Amino acid sequence: MSEPPSKENPKELKNDDDRALIIINDLHKSYRKGTQKVTVLTGVNLSITRAQYVAFIGPSGSGKTTLLNLIAGIDRPDRGKLVVDGIDITRLDDSKLSRWRARHVGFIFQFYNLIPVLTAFENVELPLLLTPLSRKQRKKHVTAALKVTGILDRAFYYPSQLSGGQQQRVAIARAIVTDPTIIVADEPTGDLDKDSAVQILDLLHHLNRELGKTIIMVTHDPRAARKARKVYVLDKGILRDQYENDIIW
Amino acid sequence: MNLLKYVARNAFRHKLRTSLTVIGMAIVVLAYCLLRTVVAAWYAGVEASSPNRLITRNAVSLIFPLPISYLNRIKEVPGVVAVTYGRWFGGIYINEKNFFPQFAIDAEHYLSLYPEFLIPEKQLEAFKKDRRGCIAGRLIVKKYGWKIGDVITLRGTIFPGTWDFVLEGIYRGRDRGTDESQFFFHWDYLNESLKKTMPIRADHVGWFVVQIADPARAGEISRKIDAIFQNSLAETLTETEKAFQMGFVSMTEAIVVAIKAISYIVIGIIFVVLSNTMAMTARERTREYGVLKTLGFEGPFLLKLIIGESVFIAATGGILGIILSFPAARIFAKSLETFFPIFNLSVKTLASGLVSALIVGVLSGLLPGIKASKTPIVESLTHVG
Ligand SMILES: Nc1ncnc2c1ncn2[C@@H]1O[C@H](COP(=O)(O)OP(=O)(O)O)[C@@H](O)[C@H]1O
Ligand SMILES: [Mg+2]
Repeated sequence: MSEPPSKENPKELKNDDDRALIIINDLHKSYRKGTQKVTVLTGVNLSITRAQYVAFIGPSGSGKTTLLNLIAGIDRPDRGKLVVDGIDITRLDDSKLSRWRARHVGFIFQFYNLIPVLTAFENVELPLLLTPLSRKQRKKHVTAALKVTGILDRAFYYPSQLSGGQQQRVAIARAIVTDPTIIVADEPTGDLDKDSAVQILDLLHHLNRELGKTIIMVTHDPRAARKARKVYVLDKGILRDQYENDIIW
Repeated sequence: MNLLKYVARNAFRHKLRTSLTVIGMAIVVLAYCLLRTVVAAWYAGVEASSPNRLITRNAVSLIFPLPISYLNRIKEVPGVVAVTYGRWFGGIYINEKNFFPQFAIDAEHYLSLYPEFLIPEKQLEAFKKDRRGCIAGRLIVKKYGWKIGDVITLRGTIFPGTWDFVLEGIYRGRDRGTDESQFFFHWDYLNESLKKTMPIRADHVGWFVVQIADPARAGEISRKIDAIFQNSLAETLTETEKAFQMGFVSMTEAIVVAIKAISYIVIGIIFVVLSNTMAMTARERTREYGVLKTLGFEGPFLLKLIIGESVFIAATGGILGIILSFPAARIFAKSLETFFPIFNLSVKTLASGLVSALIVGVLSGLLPGIKASKTPIVESLTHVG
């Protein structure tokens, strides 16, 4: 599950940082609330290297989730460039973007968002249904993912039979099972008790350190932010600050 | 894991809601099948009619008779193969509730024009020889517990008095559409009695049955027959048996139309019910649809998922309704056999019931499905409720 993702358009990589996996250029986003326009992001610029572990922090409403959604291709910016692994995803149509997400992005949500009528195994298998893998191959991948996240013994449990921490492990298995280019996590510990939160953070840490996964996380939990290698501070839609957590690495 | 499994699990998520909707659909399909069968029963006479038979009756009204002397003149019309006749008796067996049609017929020839009435040769011969003999359909024989040789007494209404008949034969229908509740006896027997008691009403028949070789010439032959009796005391109206039977149905057409309308209305009601169920279901799962889309599933998948569930519910209810139709139709047929001697659930009726259910299933899932596939992901994911 660790073959390197293909570089579909290597030329574009040269523009900025040679090692940059994600290049964000003058990104703007606003929402319409009735007749009112709510500006959320105003000219965000940043780049993220491969195998990086990034955390976005900032006060509630500062635009963290919005930025993450744009990077993950589930929302579209008003303006700006968003290149992921050589592809400007703002130019993909809905259907292409959908296929791009399936191939390149793994999602971890605050509220796990597992499908309640599917078992842990089936939830993890879900994204593989969009691949040409056979049943047998799918089983192999699902088992491997559940093993990595330490929840294989609960493979045939339904989400309602699992604790929050266990559900989040299943959700992380679902996020990594397709071996995506980037893993995005929006407040992954936001709904967990302290012990479970620590375990989930350790797991993410492991995915990044041992398996070389690129992780982009949104959090307002300082403990979570400390685990990331690089932290961006967002305020009112502007990147206010950035620093590296060199100490623990 | 596959789509079907996912759809089925979704359908059983709200067991009570799904069960009630399935039962609703079953009741609707059951009602639909029964109502359609009532309509078909109404037209049973029309359906059973033969294109080779014409009916000649009094042009004024069926209740006015025609002289028996017309028989030979009709026979002479080119294209006519055979002619026979009958007369409505309208007697009462024990009490008014026991209705079945009774005909005074030309014992020698009448039944040979109706090959759909199957009767053993020996019984037919015995009937022809016995002037007081009668033949009854299997259905009423069974209902009243008659046996060959029994004396059956009818109280006349149109022709006063009590009339005794001896059961000489029992006929059965050639196919499911043949009426097995009719009762035949000798026109001669009736006529002789009338000659003595009411000579003015003797020597008349209710109608002639004209057999023709070529159904394509029905119109031409009908016109020729009617032309013979033009300007006579009793003018005739000749039409195909089908048109003749239609004449009875059209008298009650408003009821048939109403029944048909109700059969569509019940389908409309379940459409509203299932649409509501599906809209509710889809709204509750908005977040899940957002997750699926996030994972890379697209609109058509959601459409399949939602319509699949809706069709699953509709089909389950539809099949249940069809299974229930069989015992229900049997009970219906039993209690209404006096009105509807032919009450058969047809394959066509059952199929149209199931197809209606499936169409309702598809349509009920369509709108919520389209809505789910059109909602932006971010909106779906932040949906509360
Ligand atoms: N779909 C939306 N429609 C309208 N406003 C939105 C929408 N999503 C986010 N916003 C607004 O954008 C701002 C930033 O939201 P968000 O990115 O969720 O912030 P954070 O994750 O940092 O708390 C908030 O003021 C929020 O109300
Ligand atoms: Mg947020």
